[in-house]
Amino acid sequence: MPQNTYDAIVVGAGHNGLTNATYLARSGLKVLLLERNPWIGGAAVSREIEKGWTYSNCSYVCSLLRPEIFRDLELARHGLQVVPYGGGVTLTSRGDILGSYADHELKRREFARHNAHDGDAYDRYSTEVMRQCKFIRPLLLRTPPDPTSLRPRDIREMIFLSKEFRKLGEQVIYDTIRFYSMSIADYLGEFFESDLIKAALSGSGIIGTALGPYSPGTAYVLLHHYMGDVDGSIGSWGFARGGMGAVSKALASAFKSFGGEIVTDADVVRVLVSGNRVTGVACANGNEYRAKTVVSNLDPKRTFTKLFDPRDLNADFVKRARNFKIRGSSGKLNIALDGLPEFPALGKDNPLRFGDMHFLESLAQVERAYDDWKNGTWSKLPYLDLLIPSMTDPTMTPAGKHWMSVFVQYVPSTIQGKPWTDEDRNGFKNTVLDMIGRYSPNFKSLVRHVEVRTPDIIENEVGLTDGNIFQGDLSLDQMLFNRPFPGFAQYRGPKKGFYLCGSGTHPGGGVMAAPGANAAREILHDLRRPNLVPEGWHDD
Amino acid sequence: MTDAKHVIVIGAGHNGLACAAYLAKAGRRVTVLEAAGQVGGAAVTREFAPGFRVSACAHFSYLLDARIAKELELARHGLATARADLRTVSLQPADEHLVLNGGTVEAGRVNEADRAALAAHHAAMLKFARVLGRQHHRIPPRLLGGGRSNAIGAALLAWDIRRLGRDDMREFLRVAGINIFDIVEESFESPALKAALAFDAVLGTNLSPRANNSMLALLHRLSGQASGTAGGVSLPAGGMGAVSEAFAKAATAAGATLRLSAPVKQIALNGDRVAGVVLESGETLAADVVVSNADPKRTLLELLGARHLETGFVHRIRHFRTKGMAAKLHLALDSLPGFPRLPAALAGERLVIAPDLVYLEHAFDAAKYGETSPQPALEISIPTVHDRTLAPAGKHVLSAVVQYAPYVAEASTDAARAQLLENTLNVLESYAPGIRGKVLASQLLLPADLEREFRLTGGHWHHGELALDQMLMLRPVPGAAQYAMPVDGLYLCGAGTHPGGGVMGCAGRNAAQAVLRAERA
Amino acid sequence: MNPLMNQKEHFRTAVYPTPFHERTAALNKLNLWHRWKDYTVADAYFNVALEYAAIRNACAVFDLSPMTKHRITGPDAEAFLNRLVTRDVSKIKPGKVGYAIWCDDNGRVIDDGTIFHLSPGNYRLCSQERQLEWLERSAFGFDVRMTEETHDVACLAFQGPTSCAVLKAIGCAGVENLKPFDIGYFKLPGPFAGGELMVSRTGFTGDLGYELWTDPSRALPLWDALFDKGAIHGIRPMGTHALELARIEAGFLQAHVDFMPADQAIHLDRSRSPFELDLGRLVDFKKPNFNGRRALLEEQKRGSRYRFVRLEIAGNKVAKAAYIYNREHKGQVVGTVTSAAWSPSAKTNIALASLHMPWGRPGDELWADIYYQRELQWFRVNVPCKVVEGAFFDPPRRRATPAADF
Repeated sequence: MPQNTYDAIVVGAGHNGLTNATYLARSGLKVLLLERNPWIGGAAVSREIEKGWTYSNCSYVCSLLRPEIFRDLELARHGLQVVPYGGGVTLTSRGDILGSYADHELKRREFARHNAHDGDAYDRYSTEVMRQCKFIRPLLLRTPPDPTSLRPRDIREMIFLSKEFRKLGEQVIYDTIRFYSMSIADYLGEFFESDLIKAALSGSGIIGTALGPYSPGTAYVLLHHYMGDVDGSIGSWGFARGGMGAVSKALASAFKSFGGEIVTDADVVRVLVSGNRVTGVACANGNEYRAKTVVSNLDPKRTFTKLFDPRDLNADFVKRARNFKIRGSSGKLNIALDGLPEFPALGKDNPLRFGDMHFLESLAQVERAYDDWKNGTWSKLPYLDLLIPSMTDPTMTPAGKHWMSVFVQYVPSTIQGKPWTDEDRNGFKNTVLDMIGRYSPNFKSLVRHVEVRTPDIIENEVGLTDGNIFQGDLSLDQMLFNRPFPGFAQYRGPKKGFYLCGSGTHPGGGVMAAPGANAAREILHDLRRPNLVPEGWHDD
Repeated sequence: MTDAKHVIVIGAGHNGLACAAYLAKAGRRVTVLEAAGQVGGAAVTREFAPGFRVSACAHFSYLLDARIAKELELARHGLATARADLRTVSLQPADEHLVLNGGTVEAGRVNEADRAALAAHHAAMLKFARVLGRQHHRIPPRLLGGGRSNAIGAALLAWDIRRLGRDDMREFLRVAGINIFDIVEESFESPALKAALAFDAVLGTNLSPRANNSMLALLHRLSGQASGTAGGVSLPAGGMGAVSEAFAKAATAAGATLRLSAPVKQIALNGDRVAGVVLESGETLAADVVVSNADPKRTLLELLGARHLETGFVHRIRHFRTKGMAAKLHLALDSLPGFPRLPAALAGERLVIAPDLVYLEHAFDAAKYGETSPQPALEISIPTVHDRTLAPAGKHVLSAVVQYAPYVAEASTDAARAQLLENTLNVLESYAPGIRGKVLASQLLLPADLEREFRLTGGHWHHGELALDQMLMLRPVPGAAQYAMPVDGLYLCGAGTHPGGGVMGCAGRNAAQAVLRAERA
Repeated sequence: MNPLMNQKEHFRTAVYPTPFHERTAALNKLNLWHRWKDYTVADAYFNVALEYAAIRNACAVFDLSPMTKHRITGPDAEAFLNRLVTRDVSKIKPGKVGYAIWCDDNGRVIDDGTIFHLSPGNYRLCSQERQLEWLERSAFGFDVRMTEETHDVACLAFQGPTSCAVLKAIGCAGVENLKPFDIGYFKLPGPFAGGELMVSRTGFTGDLGYELWTDPSRALPLWDALFDKGAIHGIRPMGTHALELARIEAGFLQAHVDFMPADQAIHLDRSRSPFELDLGRLVDFKKPNFNGRRALLEEQKRGSRYRFVRLEIAGNKVAKAAYIYNREHKGQVVGTVTSAAWSPSAKTNIALASLHMPWGRPGDELWADIYYQRELQWFRVNVPCKVVEGAFFDPPRRRATPAADF
């Protein structure tokens, strides 16, 4: 095989690109993975900002990573370790807390402390959400069927889907349809009375999503944050030791162990097409690489509007790609701290200080935060998902020092339609720092460095269009056989030999590795090679 | 006929009357009990100021089912149209007004690309709406169990989607669950056009244009037109009350007995079966079957009583979303208001004030927190342009749906009503300068008023929000979507059941089929 | 209630002591505990066999305080309960207790428990699982109030042939005249500080026995009085292991062991109806609407999916988690054992089991496939079993009134 010619080229070394490339390489293919940045990982990345200080710059916690893949690719052997952090807590301005303890009884008692009815309602809520988790989990490592197709594979998958559906029983089928289309506020309203409890639980329904808790469709987003697990504890979240870059690092190590080749600083600007099939890619620096199989880990919009010559694609298809909903709504601050901030409401020895922290009062507060986004600015009272991973993971900072990860919802990609200015960014930063400062008196004095991540920065650095963390909104019209577009949900692009493998495909965002693995299964099928991608474990 | 089954229909709304007519035609002894002194429920014409009459709740006819109109011979029973095929005029604050006639832009600053896109959009919407329209005459299937008729029902629904063809089916599955905002944003450039189309989708709902389900609400609105409602959006002669009068005549002609001012207090039971009803007056009426045109919550939680139902079912009914978000304004006007830049001939069309998407969104934002919209969006009808029977000579009536008006205690006070009236008149004044000076009398009905006046729990025009989770086999709630309630002999026939709100008559007809089918079983 | 429990610092004490903890802890020589909701209770105190023997031969005390207790009052209390549970609550007169089950709309059992009709219109509902949310959900349309009072009532199960004698000795004059499911109130002298003790002739052992209810502040004096006067009657504390033996012998069901509470089942088809738990006697179709009625009527027409049976199993190998087959060796699986024990009183190998319909009919062959371990070596036996009716051990003293002294 001549130099620069490969069996397959994967564009983008995000965790899904890595997963995909690893399976292709494992199948014996000669695989090249091209990455625009000098580092790999996409949004699953850990970067040292100064000696001894490391941030998970983008994604920061881990739950969705498919355990089947973790095991199958022996990521533990390649150095990946995921440590649960055990719950989270909401602090109120009145100095109270709502603890979401990892221990079910404690959590229930905490809910009951705020509202006796809600304590018991929590049990019912957990059961009903768990029913939904059990329904969706077997679908994650499968290729969605095309409901308009009569091919045997599609019919087989449709039958599988309808069997899973029937297994739920009539009542739960109805609950499922409702769940997938309701607002998180309405859904929680069917269980809970306490506004604080509803506000706290609503967070999982809006993270990364350009919708408020009153918007229909947000109940499903909640499920997307509940359906993962840490060692079988469904809904639990943990840290990747060494930051989320450790996931990418382990995958890269696996990829290389199968002979894969990674080239960084390789900014792919064009997918080369000849007639109806792809022939390779061209980079900004003029390098060209040849392959009959090209896989894009970039989001669908970026893939089809930037990597292709529009003349190579059907106009309707280009329109679909342009209209793909991929709205940036989240930002992040990474904060280096000279010591541990105190949260008086929480106390020094509450175990929840290791977990995620939120500052909330009511559902309306979250909805108003969304209104700010709609009106073209960052939320003045944002929803924060704050963690101090260095309390759990000693590898992130020098001893006694800390790194705080603050995820912020809602943050628009432009300010009133105009690009972010330094002044805007400073204003955004101060909004968040002030908010934290109101709950932690010594916090501001400990701050030694702040990395501000607004959607435009995430877009420029990671490549996610509009800075959308899920590579595309998780809404009904972009789910399952509609993700990314109807008719293109089976990882294949409009040209022969072209595939998508990013979170913009089923089953969507999060550090899950499922899209990458599913795409590999389809590619191996098309190349008539034995499938190496594991089946999802039977979830009972 | 004395040994025929006696059916009591609670409520002489158009669906109750339709149900009564079909059951009477099938030889059942039918008594319709209406609480008010006139028939019609929310499709009524009322005098709101001396000499001024108006369609007091619904003010356009756009969903009336052609098949039912024919089967019940509504025309023979006096139904006539004052004006059919109304255009939509979206009033612009400073620009040329936008005049839409279906998929055609007749006037307005809209570029060629948008005009072409509108034609395509309209055709696609009609095609998708037809899928819903085909379900209007079917009792929704249960998804599991329920035997052969259910399996056939489910297969028919699947087939209706499939027969759209591959591309349209894909597009239907994509858009059915989402919001109008994204659809108009991806298809059009003109802010006025986007807003006019978006307003159609959120009219009468508790949704903002950005909210998922707004596409579905739009398809529902179009489903009548798409499946052959004659006349598109039209004004019945004599107001919406005339539609109800025709239904009433059809019912009585078929042999049903109609009793007005006979409010029902309670649905009586004998063991697991309905035994009849008890009126407010204390009078007891025995019946083999009771069909309620009242909304599901009123029927089940008040007239029947939660204790006669099971906990899970009651919980579902209680969470059937019935909070109305639309108020109704009636103005008695000294003369026809003048809208600058609008030809006088168009004053009687369907006028809309929703100049852009942000306007609509902001109107909703206030209301979602229980506040009155500072600048409400309006759907306006001046029926007296076409129908002189409604006002004294030379005078006019303006009827408007005002959005949004939340159904919460804080926004249901006299002060809140006065505030919304003021906000609405301010908006009107800016589009029709001088209109305030022409107002002889005014009436504003908040959702709480609609609840009281028309016995609609929550004041929702459609008896309950029309959304993915509250339609077809989920309307009003799973387990009650086939019209029969979990009490033997009790049925629902109102807008709270499939296919939902709008003056259609289908729920009444389907409920009658369900009653007859159960008798045969 | 422990004052900490309702404060934000409650996490410091994940598991709380019951009002009797000072005494139970002192007696728990094995220091064996397990968690029951918010509390810690003893698994065993010194020797399970001897604790069990006390239940059947003398008397034994079990700390029942963590059991969930709800108070239900208001004009519609009876109507509310009648809609909630499957039996006719109007038949539980004031001063009586009734065993009841409640179902969801699908006719699947959510939980079982006891209804105490304390005074007209004033009820206490006791159950293993928390039910406040379901009760409140069910209360819509009824003029009824409900509170959870789990933490406000200290409670002991006091079971065994000499239990009546001990109660008389601490001052419960006339307690012997309480009939099964009766409630009595007794003013106690001395260490009990003149407080009133509520005694119900109820229990989970299938033997003569009582349950004692009092304010948490009087818990320790009550315990002391019982152990003071009970010493000569052979009183002992018992833990959950001994109680478990007794309840299996009595043929009683336990949630999460013999059935999955319907509201907690992830897969709805794993829950059971009353008929499928052999509790059909608790379903009264003669009364009007109640939760599950329509589904249960339908089930009667259509037939049930499962049959719940009491099995006597050949041999002496305890059939824990055994599959039941319809033939020796190569048969088909027709059910599973839910609870199993060697019955010390009946001297037989017993089990409760859930069988697929139609298995378990008279004359059906049933075989238990039992895995057991001896000295780390695993063995398997396939032995015949026989369906029996009623309790495995049912002494006449259980019902005799007046109750005897031993």
